[in-house]
Parts: sequence; C-alpha cells; structure tokens
Amino acid sequence: MISQSLKIDGGLSLHYPLEIRWHGRGGQGAVTASKFLAETVLALGKEVQSFPQFGSERRGAPIMAFTRISNDPITLYNTIDSPNILIVLDATLLKYPQVLQGFKENGLLLVNSEEKPADLCNRLDNISGVIATVPATKIAIECLGKPIVNTAMFGALIGITKLIPLEDALLVMEKKYREEFSEKIFAGNLEAIKMACKLVQMVDTTLANQQTNAVNLQE
Amino acid sequence: MSVRLEKVALTGNQALAHAVRMAKTQVVAAYPITPQTSVVETIAEFCAKGEMDAHFIQTESEHSSMSACIGASMTGARTFTATSSQGLALMHEMLHWAVGARTPIVLGEVNRALAAPWTILSDQSDSMAQRDTGWMQFYCGNNQEVFDTALLAFKLCEAVLLPAMVVLDAFVLSHSVEGVLLPHQELVNQYLPLRETLAKLDPDEPHAFGGMMFPDVFMEQRFKIEESMDIARGVIMECATEWDALTGRLLKPLHCYHTEDAEYIVMCLGTAFGAAMQAVDQLRSKGIKAGAIRMWQYRPFPTQELIDTIPDTSSLAVVDRAVSFGCGGPVGTETKAIFSGNNQVKVYNYIAGLGGREIRSSSFEKVFSGMMENTASQNKINWLEVRQ
Repeated sequence: MISQSLKIDGGLSLHYPLEIRWHGRGGQGAVTASKFLAETVLALGKEVQSFPQFGSERRGAPIMAFTRISNDPITLYNTIDSPNILIVLDATLLKYPQVLQGFKENGLLLVNSEEKPADLCNRLDNISGVIATVPATKIAIECLGKPIVNTAMFGALIGITKLIPLEDALLVMEKKYREEFSEKIFAGNLEAIKMACKLVQMVDTTLANQQTNAVNLQE
Repeated sequence: MSVRLEKVALTGNQALAHAVRMAKTQVVAAYPITPQTSVVETIAEFCAKGEMDAHFIQTESEHSSMSACIGASMTGARTFTATSSQGLALMHEMLHWAVGARTPIVLGEVNRALAAPWTILSDQSDSMAQRDTGWMQFYCGNNQEVFDTALLAFKLCEAVLLPAMVVLDAFVLSHSVEGVLLPHQELVNQYLPLRETLAKLDPDEPHAFGGMMFPDVFMEQRFKIEESMDIARGVIMECATEWDALTGRLLKPLHCYHTEDAEYIVMCLGTAFGAAMQAVDQLRSKGIKAGAIRMWQYRPFPTQELIDTIPDTSSLAVVDRAVSFGCGGPVGTETKAIFSGNNQVKVYNYIAGLGGREIRSSSFEKVFSGMMENTASQNKINWLEVRQ
C-alpha cells in the first residue's frame, strides 16, 4: 500500500503531495538539487515535478526552485505558495520575509547553517514543525573544494526525511551523473551527500519538550 | 502488445527532442531562441552523438529555418523545426508558404509572449497570431503529452499534407522536469513508418513547383486546404485511437472535467487546466455544479466537440492567454461564434495570464463567481486580475 504521509523520526508527519520550495543564490545549485531530487524519487515510482523560478538568473542573486512529489499524477503547475518542506541553501536569505512566507504549520525547514537547530528555532518567530540545520558550506568545501552546497543539502534532506534510502539515491547519482563530472568532483559530491546525511541535526517543535528531543543523527 | 516502457525525468523541451529523434526525423533546421533553445540543442546533441541520423542545419534566422524546412519537406524528408515568440513572428511569411506548398512540417512552438516590452515568459499570443496561416495547432497539457503529440503531429501532417505546431507553455512545461514514458523504438516505428511522398523535388525526376496560379484555379487551391483541414479532424481521431491502443494514452480534442452536468464551465488551453480543476473541486465541495475544459486541438477548431460537450443552459467562460486588441481573446471570440445562435448557452471571454502571470485556482474561482454573480460581461472582454 502506498503511504499517504511521510513520518519523520516518530514525530511529525508530512502529507503527500510534498511541496518543496528551495531558496538559494545563483550558483549554489538549488535548481539542480530540485531536479536531482525529482529524478531519484521518480526512480522509486512516485510522480514528480521540478522547476526553477522563471526569470533572469545571475550568480549570487536570490533564486527559487520547486519540487512536487506525489502518489498521484500532478496536474498543478503553479509555483508553490505554501510549501510543507522549505530548504534554504544560504542562511542569510532568512532575513527576507518572503523566504518563510507561506511555510506550512508543522512543516520541515532545512537550513544550511552551523547554528544548532534549537537556536535557529528560537531566532525565528512563529515557526512550528521540524527545524533542521546542516553545515553544508563546510561540507562542500571539504568534499569539493568549493561552496556549491546542493548535494550536501540533498543529503541532509534524505537524512532527515528518509524519503529515499541513501543507497538508492547514490545509485541514481551514479547512473545519471557519473559521466558528467570528473572522477574527483563526482566522488566529492557522493561524499558530500553521505556526510550531510550524517551531520544534519533537528528539533521537532511538535513534540512536548523540544530541547530533549534534539536529535543528532551522527550519534 | 507488450513492450518495455521506461519513465525518465525530462523537461518538456527534452521530451519534444526525444519524440523528434524517435520519429527518425531527417532534417532539422532551426535558429535558437529562449525558451525553445534546449529543444534544438538536445537534437543537435543527438545528431553529434550519432543517436539520430538527421541533417541539422543551423540557419541565420527563423525565416531561413522555415524556408529550409519547406525545401527539405519538398524532397520528401521528415522535417522539424522549433521556435518561440519573435522567432515565430519572423517566420510568418514562410508559415503561409509551407501551407500553400502543402509541405508537412512539424514545428515545436514554445509559447512566449511577444515584445515590446521584452519578456521571455509565457502566453499564447505568438501562436494564436498564426491561427490564420493554415497550420494545425495542438496545445499540450504536460510533458508526456508533448511527446505523444509530436509523434501524432508527424503522422497526421504527412497524411493530410499540412504542417502542424506542437505548442507548449514556456518554462512551465519547457523547463519543468516530469516523468515521461519513452516507448520502445519498435513501437514508434510501427506507429510512424518512414514518410512516403508521391510528388517531390528530385534531380533525377524534375518537376516544377510553386508556379503562379491565376484566378481560374487559385480559389480551388485554397478550398483544397480547407478540405484537408476537415479531413484532418477524422485523421486526428484515427491517429489518437491507434496511439491509445499501443500505449493506453488517449489524446483528445477536448479534455473535460465534470462537464456532463455542469452549469458553469471554464475553458483554457495548456497548463492552466490543473488550477482550473482545483477550482472546480473547490466549487463542487460547496454543491456548485462547476466544470472545466482544456482544449488540446485548436486548429482545426473543435466546433462539433464543443457543441456536443457544453450542456444547454450552461454558462461558459473562455480564458484566453492571448488577446486580439479591439476584439477579444481568439478562442473566446471563436467559441462565441459557435454558440451565437444558441440563446441558452452564455459565453464569456476572459483575458488572463499574459507575459507569464500565473493563473491560479483562486483566479479561476473569480471567473466562476463572475458568471454566477453576473458581474462578468458577455459583450465586453473581461480582464482578469489586472490593475486598471
């Protein structure tokens, strides 16, 4: 039977269709991450849709990308107003109110940050659900030698949601992208996915005591 | 028939390029323009890798692309080009020529608004402006349909000797990734055998083409084109039925959602349909008999299908993503003409979604309330969600 919701570590349930909005800066690879997520989930037999924000792109400028994941055919083509998963590739973007705009109550917020999730949670007003952080820039620099954080953010997303088994995701990566990159860059990206999958941390505000429920998935 | 099918993640433009490859297209002549570029880029890559055996001609303009396509098609080659917006406008002269010369050509048209002012985003004014050229036009609703429609378009246009446009919304389909089933090559070969031509440009067997026609025959030549448009209606159904038998996917002139008992219906073309269906669900949950239609086949115009679909005493709002200034939306105007003798069906015309503005479920709810509360005008153009 197809599950109608995605349960996160015994706490929060996210209902399908999953509507994911990615916020990043031009050059960080948000659009590619959204596309790669769609490709991996498609291989598992889900219905998917991935698209960038349409407009002019330039390096460093705030950009958005969108992913829909569903058990049923997707017919809606509008940009995602109220995501139940919000992924922020650059924490400095959180100062813009439109980034958190429409974020569904009890959704999942994943931010590229070295900050503890509880601290980030306290800093943001009126936010509920799972708040997760991952030091994606650090991971990217270590694995790739440059701050392209998309694979790390992808790894963190699967670490938190278990949306796809890590092995399956790596397999799709192998099949789709090995030929597109040099051996070194490809291996670095695989490493970034694995490392972020381990290093992502979260708090679940829907559970009674958020401090004691802080989970470090590395342990 | 059991064949192995594989769903791959493709953008609308890639899906179109794969259809052109699997159709064993022999000549592709094109000039790049956003948001079409990745169609011909992907095809060029297929050719470079040897996955496709076609003559790829990069011309110096769209006018030249269409000219090259006409020449290629006259030699009997299966022929394709793709363009958008200003590019299609530049082709205009040769679009007429392609029809008059009776050359089957498939054109991938990625709907982009026309300048000025500059924009690269979607509306349907570029292809709608070519509605009188004699090209058949099909507006796709998703990437799978882009692939399926392109194959049907080759089969159809080679049968009726008229060119066809496969139309998709800029970015919303052209750059969105979805799962697309690519059939086995053998299945495509069975559906779409190599093109056969009786009269063609051939140095070994010279003929003269494109000579002057005097008034004694010119009108008959034009009548033949109209006759072929009528024949196309039936051929479209035959091609769609055959494809359905092979794949289980049926292409239909009109896609209808809860129209059987509907009192209020909205009609659109392209990807806005998903939002329209969501609005219908919303209204149905309140007990209002709402329905939605997506028009896939625009030329030849699905006159009889519309008459058969729209219930008597219902209200119909046609939401156009194009405008003929001083008159109305092209689809709205033509739909009104069909029902002009029917006092029971009220037809409204809305203009929405120009230059990439999103049409959301809430937008369609406004269209429905316009009809229900009588705030919409039947005699004027209703501009949706516009600052006046």
